[in-house]
This record gives sequence, structure tokens and C-alpha cells, in this order.
Amino acid sequence: MNEFKDIKKIIIKKPLKLDCGVTIADYPLAYETYGNLNQDKDNAIMVFHALTGDQFASGKNPVTNKDGWWSYVIGPNKALDTNKYFIICANVIGGCLGSYGPSSIDKETGKKIGINFPVITINDMVNAQFNLLDHFNIDKLFCVTGGSMGGMQVLQFIANYPNKSKIAIPIACSASHSAQNIAFNELGRQAIMADENWKNGNYDLENKSPAKGLSVARMAAHITYLSKKGLQEKFGRKLQERDKVKFGFDADFQIESYLRYQGSIFVDRFDANSYLYITRAMDYFDLSKNSNGDLSKVFKNTKTKFFIISFTSDWLYPTAENREIVIALNAINADVGFLEVKSDKGHDSFLLDVPDFLNALKNFVDNSYKK
Amino acid sequence: MKEEFKIIANSIQREKSILDVGCGNGELMKFIYENISKKIRGLEISKDNVQKCIKKGLTVIEGNAEMDLQQFPSNSFDYVILSQTLQAFLNPEKVISDLLRIGKTSIVTIPNFGFWKVRFNLLFKGTMPVTKTLPNEWYNTPNLHMCSIKDFVNFCNDRKINLFKSLALSNNKVSSINKFNLNFKNLTSELGIFLIKK
Repeated sequence: MNEFKDIKKIIIKKPLKLDCGVTIADYPLAYETYGNLNQDKDNAIMVFHALTGDQFASGKNPVTNKDGWWSYVIGPNKALDTNKYFIICANVIGGCLGSYGPSSIDKETGKKIGINFPVITINDMVNAQFNLLDHFNIDKLFCVTGGSMGGMQVLQFIANYPNKSKIAIPIACSASHSAQNIAFNELGRQAIMADENWKNGNYDLENKSPAKGLSVARMAAHITYLSKKGLQEKFGRKLQERDKVKFGFDADFQIESYLRYQGSIFVDRFDANSYLYITRAMDYFDLSKNSNGDLSKVFKNTKTKFFIISFTSDWLYPTAENREIVIALNAINADVGFLEVKSDKGHDSFLLDVPDFLNALKNFVDNSYKK
Repeated sequence: MKEEFKIIANSIQREKSILDVGCGNGELMKFIYENISKKIRGLEISKDNVQKCIKKGLTVIEGNAEMDLQQFPSNSFDYVILSQTLQAFLNPEKVISDLLRIGKTSIVTIPNFGFWKVRFNLLFKGTMPVTKTLPNEWYNTPNLHMCSIKDFVNFCNDRKINLFKSLALSNNKVSSINKFNLNFKNLTSELGIFLIKK
């Protein structure tokens, strides 16, 4: 990964004690903003990105030259309307787009930190990003939101800072990473580590890249973001630029070709070690761990208004797991709404043009801002 | 707004907390939110209706009352409303016990199966009744457990449920139900509205 000189970042002076025990300080946090902060500073929305996302949530991503990952959601007159709201999105620590991560340069050695980067958690990511409130001199956010790992950060944010956001919208997530999800993450990590070019995490020092391993990790993960029905409808058994199978191991089927393509473009933009660190952070996420499994206790002190959204065909973070959060909030009589959006697009629904989702999000956000 | 909703809204004190079970498109919730109390939430099974509620700025949880009421803590709302939904549950008895547990007061309304038009349908036409409050045919009705005003009063009495206010609605006219006029109201009313407590 290159050093990106033209991206916005702050250097966080304040030391942060990570869950693993290591303290970090003077570390960079890269971010992007959309819209304008109003005079009352009551229109700020913090958006948290998912596993392979970054701070470029909308507009053109200058690194990939593609649309930002939440372009359907963020923009003028969209669900998160940039004419009205000031949207902040940071690259998580552990990431590879300018924030402190395994591809950052170690000041002492002048080389990339690589596998010597400390193991981080969702809690650490959120605590690091909280510094952006000070940076923008915002006392209280209007909204925190995000999907998947972004949703986990929303939950962690409210748990850590119960009254620092008026509303919270965790989408397609879970308060506790399931065994199935840990298993898929482990599959991805093993694919990376099995690549001989991974070099025990020191591939940069030897000018190598575990591209094959990272690509396989992405392919496996990509399947989990879709639904069986969605895959069947889009690809079925259609063949890739051929009339019949070739009795070999080329990509005969369109789905194979599609996955290979997804894997290949991913390695150009993502650091393999970041993939290890961020998936690990997700696996360690278990919000009610410190309250003996009682998730309600985690949110006991909050006045935040919640709106939780899940998708019918999401089997990675299924409705039942999202509902656990609703149940925990109901048990303490918190202000919580919930909607399961009908969609065949699987876990990825939150990133796509799903009108029922976008409308519900917009209506909830706009109505909450009025009051 | 429906006369029924006006009566329900009039039974609720200002700034109290309310859960509307089966809140539909949020019409009643919106009226209460704007005129009586902001502390109102809804539970609704239909995705379309949940969307309509969100559009109105109401806080609603998509869910099934029979499965999801148990997650609400005891005495967590001053009022729980159940408007013309009781008859659609598999187990109305359990739903009522959940309402009584969650709400300090529960407001339950039922389409009256004892209404004379209903009886007339069955008695003279020999067909399942189709009326203003019971608009569906037998094969597509969501109603599984119909009851009459008298049935509901007996149900409460048998279980020592404190039925402290009973109203009857017919032709948009509201009247009180008491033990002396119960048989008459059971014949002449389209809808029963009951305020109950443990």
C-alpha cells in the first residue's frame, strides 16, 4: 500500500490504551467529510465502515476511482442528505487507507509495521474515532450509523458514550460475533497465511504480496455477502463465454469468473495484514461479555433513540441476531424501532439500491432531526 | 379519525407512556403522539405498515405480538393498546396476560360477534357474517378467535381481571356497558372497548 499524501488525516496525540494492553499515541486517523457542519453543530453524523470499507463513503474514491461504498445512502437529497447533514467517516485503525495500521511506517525502523501491529478490537476502533468529535469541536453527534462491522461500531459507540449521539442506527449487524462468522473469518485468514508470499506477515520487507491468499479470502467472504436466491437468479449455471463446459478447471461458470474478478480487484486496494487484523477485531466483538451476557446492561444509561434494520436474505448477520439487540433495548425500555427489510440481495443489501431500506433510513433520520 | 380511536385517545392521560400493539399504519399513534403523549411506541407485524409509521415519524418495532410481547418488562408502560386485534391471535389468552403484565392499564377493543347483524347473518342467511367491523369472508378472514362483548366480560370475570371501564360503540355512538344492560349492549353494539388491569 502506498502512503496517501493527499488524504485528510489528524494525528491523535492523546494516548489510547488498547484492549490488548498496548498504548498507542501520536497515531494518524484518516477521515473524509461530506456536507457542512451547521452553526449549532447539531447536524453531525458519524458513519462507521465495514470490514473492507474506508473513509470514502460517498463521491469518488480517489484510490480506487470508484463510487464510495455508501453512495446510495450519502449525497444530496439521499437518505443521509448532505444538504442537511455533516457526515464524518474515518478509516478504522488497523485499516489501510491512511489510518494507523499494519501498513503504517514504523518511525524507528522506517519500515512497515506489518505483523508487529498490536491486535485491535472494535472498542479500540471506536475510541480512536471518538477523537474526531474534539477535532470538529462537536459536543454531541446527531446520529451514528453503519452496517455490518460498522453496525458493531455503532453499538460499541453508544455503549462507551451513552449520550454522545441523539440517534443510533445499527444495520445488519450483531452484538456478538457468531461462531459461523468467526469460522468464515478464520477461513479468510488461513487463506492469506497459507500463501507463501505472506512471509509470516513480513511480505512488504521482501517486496512480496500474498495476493493469491487475499484473493481467496475475498472470494469466500464475498459468497457470504450474497444470498442463495440472489446468486441463482444472477448466475444460475450460466457458462462464461463458452457454449459448453471444457472439462478442466478454468472458470467455466459465470459465478467462478465473477468471484475470481472480485478477488483480483480486491488485492489492488487492500492490505492482507489489515484483513487479518480487522477480521480478528470482529471475532473478538462480544458486547455483553463484561456484563455476563446481559446486553441490556450495556445500554442501561443511554437516552439514545435506536433504529435497527436487518434484511430478510442476510444469513451472515440474520434478523434473529439483530432482534437480540431490539430485545435487549426493550428490556430496559429504551426508545427503539426495528424493521426487517425484504431483499434478495443478502448481507450486501445495506450497500445496494434497496428502496425499502433507503426510504426507511431517510424517513427515520429526517423525522428524528426535526424533533 | 375513527370514533373508536377518539375514545381510546380520550382514555389516556397526558405524557404517559403507551405501547400500541398491532398499531397498523400508525393513525392512532400519530394522533396520540401529537395531542396526548410523545412517549408512544408501536408493535406491528406488517412491513408496509411499519414503513408508513416510520414515515409518520413514529417509533415502531416490526414484530409479532404473540412472540415478541414477552420481551417487554413488566409494568413498563402506563398503557397498552390492543385495537381489534385480539381475535386474530392463536392464543388470545396469553396475549391478554402479556398485556396485563406489561401495561399498568390495557385498552382492548373487540369487534362484537354478538351484534345483531352478525347473529342475523348466521340465523337467517345461514352464512358466516360479513359486516362493517367484520369485512372478510370465512375463507380469508384473519380472525381465528371471535368473541362477543359478553364473552369478553365473562372472560375477565372468570380470571378476576379488573375490568374497570366497558364501553360500547354503535353507529358512532358510545355508551357504557354494565351488568344490567350487558345482554342488550351485546346485541346492539358493533364494538366493545374495555379498560382492564391486573
